[in-house]
Amino acid sequence: MNLLLFGVNHKTAALSLREKIASLIPDLGQAYQSLKAWPEFSEVLLYTTCNRVELMCVTEEPEAAGARVRAFFSRHPEITPEALEESFYTRRDQEAVRHLFRVAASLDSMVLGEPQILGQVKAAYRAATEHQATGPILNRLLHKAFSVAKRVRCETGIGDQAVSVSYAAVTLGRKIFGELAGKNVLLLGAGEMAELALEHLRGQNVARISVANRTLERGVRLAQRFGGEAVSLEELEPQLLTADILISSTGAGDFLLTRDQVRTAMRRRKQRPLFLIDIAVPRNLDPAINDLDNVYLYNIDDLQEVAEQGREHRQQEAAKAERVVAAEALKFQDWLATLEVFPTIIDLKDKAEAICQAELKKTLSHLGPVTPEQRQALEVLTSSITQKLLHDPIIFLKRNHHPKRSPRDLPLVRRLFNLDADPQDNGSEKN
Amino acid sequence: MGNFFLYLTLVGYFGATVLWLGFFLVQRESYCHWGAWVMGAGLTAHTVALIQETWSFGYLPVATFGNSLLVFDWALVAVFLLLNWRYPIKVLGALVAPLAALLVSGALILPQGKGTVSPLLQGFWLTVHISLTLLGYAALALAFLGGIFYLIQERQIKAKKFGFFYRRLPSLSQLDTLNYWCLTIGFPLLTAGIISGSLYAQHAMGRFWSWDPKEILTLLAWLIYAVLLHERLTVGWRGRRAAWLAICGFLVLVCAFVGASLWLTGYHSFAKFIQKP
Repeated sequence: MNLLLFGVNHKTAALSLREKIASLIPDLGQAYQSLKAWPEFSEVLLYTTCNRVELMCVTEEPEAAGARVRAFFSRHPEITPEALEESFYTRRDQEAVRHLFRVAASLDSMVLGEPQILGQVKAAYRAATEHQATGPILNRLLHKAFSVAKRVRCETGIGDQAVSVSYAAVTLGRKIFGELAGKNVLLLGAGEMAELALEHLRGQNVARISVANRTLERGVRLAQRFGGEAVSLEELEPQLLTADILISSTGAGDFLLTRDQVRTAMRRRKQRPLFLIDIAVPRNLDPAINDLDNVYLYNIDDLQEVAEQGREHRQQEAAKAERVVAAEALKFQDWLATLEVFPTIIDLKDKAEAICQAELKKTLSHLGPVTPEQRQALEVLTSSITQKLLHDPIIFLKRNHHPKRSPRDLPLVRRLFNLDADPQDNGSEKN
Repeated sequence: MGNFFLYLTLVGYFGATVLWLGFFLVQRESYCHWGAWVMGAGLTAHTVALIQETWSFGYLPVATFGNSLLVFDWALVAVFLLLNWRYPIKVLGALVAPLAALLVSGALILPQGKGTVSPLLQGFWLTVHISLTLLGYAALALAFLGGIFYLIQERQIKAKKFGFFYRRLPSLSQLDTLNYWCLTIGFPLLTAGIISGSLYAQHAMGRFWSWDPKEILTLLAWLIYAVLLHERLTVGWRGRRAAWLAICGFLVLVCAFVGASLWLTGYHSFAKFIQKP
């Protein structure tokens, strides 16, 4: 039994190829139907996200299954076999397990540590179970993958720091204000950057959004979209008294706010903290404002620097996460290995049971009439002898079997107990 | 026997130190949760130890420097746990727990002078004076510790350099609120302590105020806190300035408590409390 994973991701294939491959699976129901029809596959899971298309399966015939998957993905008229060969990767067994764990823990993502991928894998798994495509092995594997992802999130700082400029602003705001809920936001300029920032802030339940723009009309439009109010740039100073967060992104060539203006405002605000974000180039806010107490001024370079630090931090934390993933993949492999011995254990038990029954029958026919108690005593005797005799070999199999360490144990046990002989042979030997 | 519970206290506080520092380093919630419980257990042992000593001495054990450190430590831990319950600033435990453990160790190392204390210094009102003052000290000590955190965190945000502490310390507004809370609790307590002491001095010695070094330093600290509180409420002083004032005020209080008690002479000095038998 093998675990196989095939796929393309953002590292191996360009977006155009990923799109084409993804377009081959317009409908999951159909895809699962054809995948399940293949005799090579006993369990299968398919997941596509914006950065990857991957297929995980359990099979007894890895080569045939690989050929099937390749054929499945090269159906697209525009995909040449060479292009597919170049970007298509195959992972087997432990490598496949590790790969899935890495994907779920967001170690394989474009943005390291982004939390969405786990949800996408979960949704894909749910769809697979709805189509009854998974079985005991993939079920366990996926649940393990979710718990690994959770462990990575808890035990490493991989998701801690912001890696985008607008999110960096939000986390900074949290370090200044504690909570952004209930804070007032003032926007200077209604450009694209301002919109992006607002998008992030809206998720934080800010109290009031005001937009001040040179052309009032655009300001009004943006304000309406975010449920805020439009004000004119002339009102900037009074507006400064109630705002907590100010985002400036106008195209004005000179400073809209000077240090003295802000100092006066701060006095009138009773020194309530003020977070100023200047994402305009050239800058709108006098850099000297940052010297004032309780005023925190960040420009676009500062925020980019914060995001860069966040990326570096995630890089470092990823190393820790890789260790977690490797350890868990090893554990899963061990579990899989124990799975391999179960047919042998069942065969052993069946054989013992058959011998018991045969011998019991023979003995009972020799003994003549016995009471039910005596009969039961004999049954117990034979079964407990065989059970005790088999106890050690079974324990030996469960504990020691590991495909890498001793690949010969399992066949040895099968040969020792003659488990693979024909039924006829078996019967004649017993007699 | 009293020492047995003190050692138990010590174990509790050191255990809490390990947990809180662990929390500070790895940021695992459960650590600080357990830290608070272990600290609470330490506080219980501490309470028992103090009750025992009070019972055997016949008065609140504050006649030696070591003993009064113990009482101050008790107040500090009690106020911290109260605060931790109502307004949790978890990382504060990483400073309070080691401090509490060190203070108990200090109290155990310092000579445990036991002699006769003049009846003048045993009255009920004196106990009230000392208790109020030490509780005030404890609240203001927390303002001091919070102030240190505030300055570190503010430095990082202003300088835009995010180091080891940035992620681990709470937001500026939380730390500033801590400063305000501790001030509003500590300042009235300190004031009440000074007033009750002064009334007792009038009753026992016939004068309200005798310009003893400890009194002068405490008055100075009181003035600093008064200015801070006043400016906070009227002009809205907060943040860095409030943190600095809380730190200065507490340093003056430490001078008053340690310096004036040990090295400067005055009737507040511990050397005067006990007549060697």
